[in-house]
Amino acid sequence: MRYLAVSTALGLAMTSAAFAEDPVKIGVLLTLSGPPAVLGEHARDGILLAEKALEGKIGGRDVELVIVDDEGKPDIAAQKARELVEGQGADFVVGPIFSNIMTAIAGPVTSAGGILVSPNAGPSNFAGKDCNPDIFVVSYQNDQMPQVLAQHMNQQGIANVYLIAPNYQAGQDSLNGFKALYSGTVAGELYVPLGQLDFSGELAQIAASQPEAVYAFMPGGMGVNLVKQWNQAGLSSIPLMSAFTVDETTLPAEQDAALGMLTGSNWAPDLDTPGNAEFVTAFKEAYGRVPSLYAMGGYDAMMLIDSAVTAAGTEDREALRTALKAADFPSLRGELSFSSNNFPIQDFYLTKAIKDDEGFYRTSVVEKVFTQAADSHVGECPMN
Amino acid sequence: MFNLFLLQLLNGAQFGILLFLVAAGLTLVFGIMDFINIAHGVLYMVGGYVMAMMMGTTGNFWLSLALVLPVTLAVGLVLELLVFRRLYDRSHLDQVLATFGLVLVLSELVKIFWGSAPLSVAMPEMLSGSVPLAGPMRYPVYRIAVIGVGLSVAIGLWFVIARTRVGMLLRAGAANRSMVSALGTDINRLFMLVFAAGAMLAGFAGAIVSPILSVDPGMGDSILILTFVVIVIGGVGSVKGAFYAALLVGIVDTLGRMFGPILLRLVMEPAAAAQAGRTIAPMLVYILMAAVLFWRPAGLFGRKVSQ
Repeated sequence: MRYLAVSTALGLAMTSAAFAEDPVKIGVLLTLSGPPAVLGEHARDGILLAEKALEGKIGGRDVELVIVDDEGKPDIAAQKARELVEGQGADFVVGPIFSNIMTAIAGPVTSAGGILVSPNAGPSNFAGKDCNPDIFVVSYQNDQMPQVLAQHMNQQGIANVYLIAPNYQAGQDSLNGFKALYSGTVAGELYVPLGQLDFSGELAQIAASQPEAVYAFMPGGMGVNLVKQWNQAGLSSIPLMSAFTVDETTLPAEQDAALGMLTGSNWAPDLDTPGNAEFVTAFKEAYGRVPSLYAMGGYDAMMLIDSAVTAAGTEDREALRTALKAADFPSLRGELSFSSNNFPIQDFYLTKAIKDDEGFYRTSVVEKVFTQAADSHVGECPMN
Repeated sequence: MFNLFLLQLLNGAQFGILLFLVAAGLTLVFGIMDFINIAHGVLYMVGGYVMAMMMGTTGNFWLSLALVLPVTLAVGLVLELLVFRRLYDRSHLDQVLATFGLVLVLSELVKIFWGSAPLSVAMPEMLSGSVPLAGPMRYPVYRIAVIGVGLSVAIGLWFVIARTRVGMLLRAGAANRSMVSALGTDINRLFMLVFAAGAMLAGFAGAIVSPILSVDPGMGDSILILTFVVIVIGGVGSVKGAFYAALLVGIVDTLGRMFGPILLRLVMEPAAAAQAGRTIAPMLVYILMAAVLFWRPAGLFGRKVSQ
């Protein structure tokens, strides 16, 4: 079976070498079902919008998108990633949303000769010891978002903080990333089971401890419930600062309960960069909602691939890698380049939830917190 | 620490009350009709979705809540007529299979109609604040209202069961179904009534919880298992047992969840303590169930099973 797969891959490599004007095939692997489906839908819509903006061409060649749902399950994701690259002959795979999926698909994609471009997930191991010349993370490294809040709290002189996250790898990473930079005292840490929706017990603990601020990592529906219950429990006097908890995917449900809450991001809809306003307008027109950083990540991933294929084509792998690494594309975030580990060097911002003039709930830039920051794991990456 | 304990006790009681509303119908259906209804959690979910839909159309919380009752009652009646009525004489295994199929069908229908993203229901303005409890701790007015409403429902149910003719038939039916039937009561009509009332209570629970939790297609599954634990601890068929058992389960679960990690943190890393605490807390409820079953095999208020 393995020989068969290898020979198929070789065969495909030869055919694509033989016909340089074949369409560029891009597999899109996102979580499109279950409670966190909305994150994947945003990324997918960003990718489709980029395809439309590029008029269906990548590097001047027709593009063929194959969109698959990983169902949020690593085993299914690995199987579908393998099928995309080995079965369908995808040159690139854009995905995933979740870090645990990334771990599952990195091997299947790269070992079969595909290039993985992540529009969102950026787990620390791929920034450090497991960095790979065929993996490009166009989004951020997971630690960086919580560190925006940690830096802000340090600047504000917030002396003690309570931390809350779901009890799984990304939750622990988020709190560890925060603690690595935060200089005050951690009053307490709460880990809740993934999927818990009633936080009455946890909110009582926080109320009893009366910290100066709370840092939360509570993605998707959990975040919606935490934010809604926060004010109900009378905690509005304590600032709730978060990452991946208050954004354009959760704000439609959180609405007024989240207004004014601070969050960390590498982008916001009103970020003043070339092309960003046009992107936001086009997205709103096409899909009737404000794009999130997931949509931005999907869009930028496609633009990165287009720039590299334009410069180097798809046959010469080494030239393609070099072209990708040059990051010679107009990112919606403005200035962006890649570190030696293929993770981005970019600006990070403190953002705030607002209701804009058109009545949309969205995030808005408050201030720049990090300028052209690289992640902290790059030193552990053997690629240099 | 003592204030915090009291606050968590309130949180546990509120959770317990919610469990009771769902469990009351299930224990009657199970006790009187000897019918295992896995789809009971779905009725709770339907209540949440109907509430979200009504809020979307009317924008009025009280009107929506009032409309949820007849709608879930009707859903219960229709399900009873179309599906459950055909299953009363079948084995428990058939009932589990059929009602589990119903769970899959109804969950998928909900996804088709409303999508998989969680919906939220706005809280009525007059109940959206919080009251000071002790020191800096406050308690949401809405959760107090949930406790109040749940207690009123419990008292109402007690009155119906202990003081009315229908209640007498229910108690008789739970004790000896064939004798009630032999004495000339239309047992099918009684079943239909019990079933529809149970569906309405579960739907009501789903509706009143919707401003606190978001409404999503998985909400019924998460509450169903604890509901079964409640009726087993309370004694199958006993509403009084379901009430005490629901409070017990709610409080044991909440206190275990919150104070378990605090105690363990004295000897462990926070992440490990939380992990251990999270593992032990859900177990506490089942340990409690095992202990109750060991000393009182029929549950706290169950009748002796003579078979």
